[in-house]
Amino acid sequence: MYQTTYHRASSVDEAASLFAKGSESKFLAGGQTLLPVMKQRLASPSDVIDLGKIKELQGVELSGDTLIIKAATIYYDIMTNADVKKAIPAISYLTSVLGDPAVRYRGTIGGSIANNDPAADFPAALLALGATVKTNKRSISAEDFFQGLFTTALEDGEIITAVSFPVPAKAGYEKMRHPASRFALTGVFVAQSKSGEVRVAATGASQSGVMRVPAIEAALKANWSPAAIDGVTISANGLLADIHGTAEYRANLIKVMAQRAVAAAR
Amino acid sequence: MSTVKLTVNGKAVAVDVEDRTLLVQLLRDHLNLTGTHVGCDTSQCGACVVHMDGRAVKSCTMLAGQADGASITTIEGIAKGDELHPMQAAFRDNHGLQCGYCTPGMIMSAIDIVHRHGGQLDEATVRTELEGNICRCTGYHNIVKAVLDAAGRMKVSQAAE
Repeated sequence: MYQTTYHRASSVDEAASLFAKGSESKFLAGGQTLLPVMKQRLASPSDVIDLGKIKELQGVELSGDTLIIKAATIYYDIMTNADVKKAIPAISYLTSVLGDPAVRYRGTIGGSIANNDPAADFPAALLALGATVKTNKRSISAEDFFQGLFTTALEDGEIITAVSFPVPAKAGYEKMRHPASRFALTGVFVAQSKSGEVRVAATGASQSGVMRVPAIEAALKANWSPAAIDGVTISANGLLADIHGTAEYRANLIKVMAQRAVAAAR
Repeated sequence: MSTVKLTVNGKAVAVDVEDRTLLVQLLRDHLNLTGTHVGCDTSQCGACVVHMDGRAVKSCTMLAGQADGASITTIEGIAKGDELHPMQAAFRDNHGLQCGYCTPGMIMSAIDIVHRHGGQLDEATVRTELEGNICRCTGYHNIVKAVLDAAGRMKVSQAAE
């Protein structure tokens, strides 16, 4: 790792001002992606601003039909939170298959979506549930927030403070896990909103990061059942292909994972 | 350089380190606690697992500064004098190691697993929970046996306290 200067911020405002003072600052939440990348010398921030101990970024709130998960809440706390289990059990499940236990003690929802790895789990949940990303400057819909591989709508120095999820009628998530990294080889999040809207998002599949799957959405809108997806064909165009799986394999995985997610949805 | 103050195995320490120092480097290179291992250095193998405030974390994936103010327990800090921790004893009795490289991390993760699951542990749960700890010798069979054995012993010793 190259030299860097570490700062621990105690508030969002302090973090923003520390960030502005550094020549090439980076925010650090759980560090489960940023630190490995820094160790490989693929990132060399002049200053690292630690958001992990900021109290206002911790915790989960359920009020009515809205579940708010603050940005620096670790996966383990999301997984075990009673309100998350009650309101959106699919999110609790998603965190239980994310990384491994040690990663879940450190990694945060804010870190996951800010990094927007094309195989990360949380972007699919946000997109399928129609979540809103709250920052220290504004609110951004999930649709606008994710802009391709490792790219988001965040401006330089902007800090995610929370994610707000509308509580759905039903939701489910399933993924084919890469056995070494535990990232999604392909993962699909399905959700039916209380007004009946169906949204389906796939991660780990597309060359442009997390994506909606309109063909499956249409099939499920007509008939919410795994069998409804039997006749859907997913094109391999634009899908990822690597040593772990071809684009055609991932196209099939989108279908299979969607069917499993619908079967698991509640 | 910064001074990192933390508690390691019950002892308060203050260490001057470069800001880029990882927690595992502070433990091994500055405090000579070399029981915590660096295996993959890519956050996947779990050989570097220690407890921070009672939770099993990868010390190669944390800056030392992030542990400022925390209480760290390493493999050196779990035995009571000459008496092995029940998890260490179970690993020995069940031959839960061969080369021993992954063992410190395995044991620290396994203690955390027992703390979280208590007496509810079964083989499938242990195997799932250990997926962040990689062993290249044993095939995991005796490690899983050791963790299940220790879960029983830890329950008994907790009840006796």
